[in-house]
Amino acid sequence: MSSTPAAPNPSAFEPGRWSQIPRRLVLAVGDATAARIDQIYEFIGDLGGMVHLLGATMQWALRGLFLKTVKLGRASLVEQMVRVGVRSIGIVVLVQVFIGCILALQLAPTLESYGQLQMVANVVAIAVVRELGPLITAIVLSGFAGASIAAEIGAMVESEEIKALRAHAINPIRFLIVPRVLATTVMIVGLAVIADTVGVIGGFLTSWAALGITPETYFQQTQAALVIKDFITGLVKAGVFGMLVSLIACYQGLTVHGGAVGVGAATTATVVKSIVAIIGMDAVFTAVFYAFGL
Amino acid sequence: MNPMAGSDVVISIRDLRKTFESADGRVLTVLDAVTFDIHRGETVVIMGGSGCGKSTLLNCLIGEYSIDGGSIHYCTSDLDVPVNICGLSERDFNAIRRRIGILFQSGALFNSMTLAENVALPLREHSYVDPSIIDIVVTLKLQQVKMLPHRDKMPTQLSGGQKKRAGLARATALDPEILFYDEPSAGLDPVTSSAIDELIIDLSRKLQVTSVVVTHEMDSAFRIADRMVMLDKGRVLRIGPRSDFEALRDANAQSLTDPSDRLINQFLNGLADGPLTDADGMSEFEKLIIGTAASRGN
Repeated sequence: MSSTPAAPNPSAFEPGRWSQIPRRLVLAVGDATAARIDQIYEFIGDLGGMVHLLGATMQWALRGLFLKTVKLGRASLVEQMVRVGVRSIGIVVLVQVFIGCILALQLAPTLESYGQLQMVANVVAIAVVRELGPLITAIVLSGFAGASIAAEIGAMVESEEIKALRAHAINPIRFLIVPRVLATTVMIVGLAVIADTVGVIGGFLTSWAALGITPETYFQQTQAALVIKDFITGLVKAGVFGMLVSLIACYQGLTVHGGAVGVGAATTATVVKSIVAIIGMDAVFTAVFYAFGL
Repeated sequence: MNPMAGSDVVISIRDLRKTFESADGRVLTVLDAVTFDIHRGETVVIMGGSGCGKSTLLNCLIGEYSIDGGSIHYCTSDLDVPVNICGLSERDFNAIRRRIGILFQSGALFNSMTLAENVALPLREHSYVDPSIIDIVVTLKLQQVKMLPHRDKMPTQLSGGQKKRAGLARATALDPEILFYDEPSAGLDPVTSSAIDELIIDLSRKLQVTSVVVTHEMDSAFRIADRMVMLDKGRVLRIGPRSDFEALRDANAQSLTDPSDRLINQFLNGLADGPLTDADGMSEFEKLIIGTAASRGN
């Protein structure tokens, strides 16, 4: 609908009009504050919903592991592991190779100025294994698998498939959510191992080809820099990130409303909220590991 | 008190009340004082205009919505005493859900599974029988709805009518005692709609199931119903055998003295849609006429 330009309103220049400005300002501030308060309520509601979903998922997963009467669906779990893990190997490898290359090239000038160019290997190894391997893998998965899970479950909600599951006395959390959360949590750990390896190789290739560091020196430095706790802390973080991504995706999918537009919004929200949650959780992990000397 | 003692009642609804809160905080009463029984083996059609509460009633009956007042008692053959589903835990209600089947408006087939897998799902989930036995049952169920040639197709490869047939095969997978149908003819052409009606009648006879059909398609309702329930503004306006409604439909509107008879006559002849009456018992048409007359009088 096209709007025609409004004619100048003489009343806008009347003295009484200006006296309305403080009142309007207060109203505008009030509206904005009310909107923020609504967002806070929504955030708390979402947080509560996700904690509830996590609890129910853990409960069903444990019951599935220990009770023969609870069917978790191995076929579904394997299907999700392939979808989340195997299919994202390519993109994780590609991104981590680039990360390794970028790190090596960014660090080289500074370390060279101290005469410590070979230390590129140490810094790349620590950065990739402790931080960037798990972090970048989780961010890639939030876009690759998280968005896809949210869209899939959202579409199922809209097409009454979730309602049909309940109608057939099939618990949607056991049937849909548990396989997705388990698959994402397990597979991201595997992907993080691949990411760590490939990131170090990316750094090595760049150091060897562009910085003139010999393979022997690079791998000696890498070996000297890394200890087992670096791998373990990185992999623990990866597992938690995977659980976060899958839970956020499933929650956003299950709470879809408003048809195709709602599914689109849930997909976007999944990626945005996952990235914020991953980085926030990473900050918490880093602080805890630092405090305990890990 | 047992509302179903010594009777063949399979579902007993008493003073059912359901409200929703609107976005602006107002409480909307969608169902109020709904009371009727559904007897074993009969086909009951619940009908009414848009927004009259029939879909809400169905959702209350299948446990999708909690209710705000009254009771819904189920008395399936495996229950010793009638069970009120209000306040029943999800786990306990699942025992009842295994005795009911639901055909959703869209069919609600799982898009990631083939037709055969869709039908097999309830069997796989609720039984420990050999996969070969499940395969035989799936074949029988698909044969029943004439969908066997499509067993390996994905739901996206099917037409609307075929999806409903397949949904019906899945709904009957566990040999339910009660079948619920949500708008089975909606969105179908008259020929397919008629075929679905025939299927409902056929299944009701062959499987001896109780059928509860929610629809606003009058032709379909008159084809399949044993008894009919007319809802209006969340209340039961009339309940009775199909013959009563047929008589009302075919009656001359001028000869009907009861206002509710006239309204039902209007609805059944397609002259009114949506909530039939307002708080004063006037139809939109009546209000228009009276309003026009009043304004002329002024």
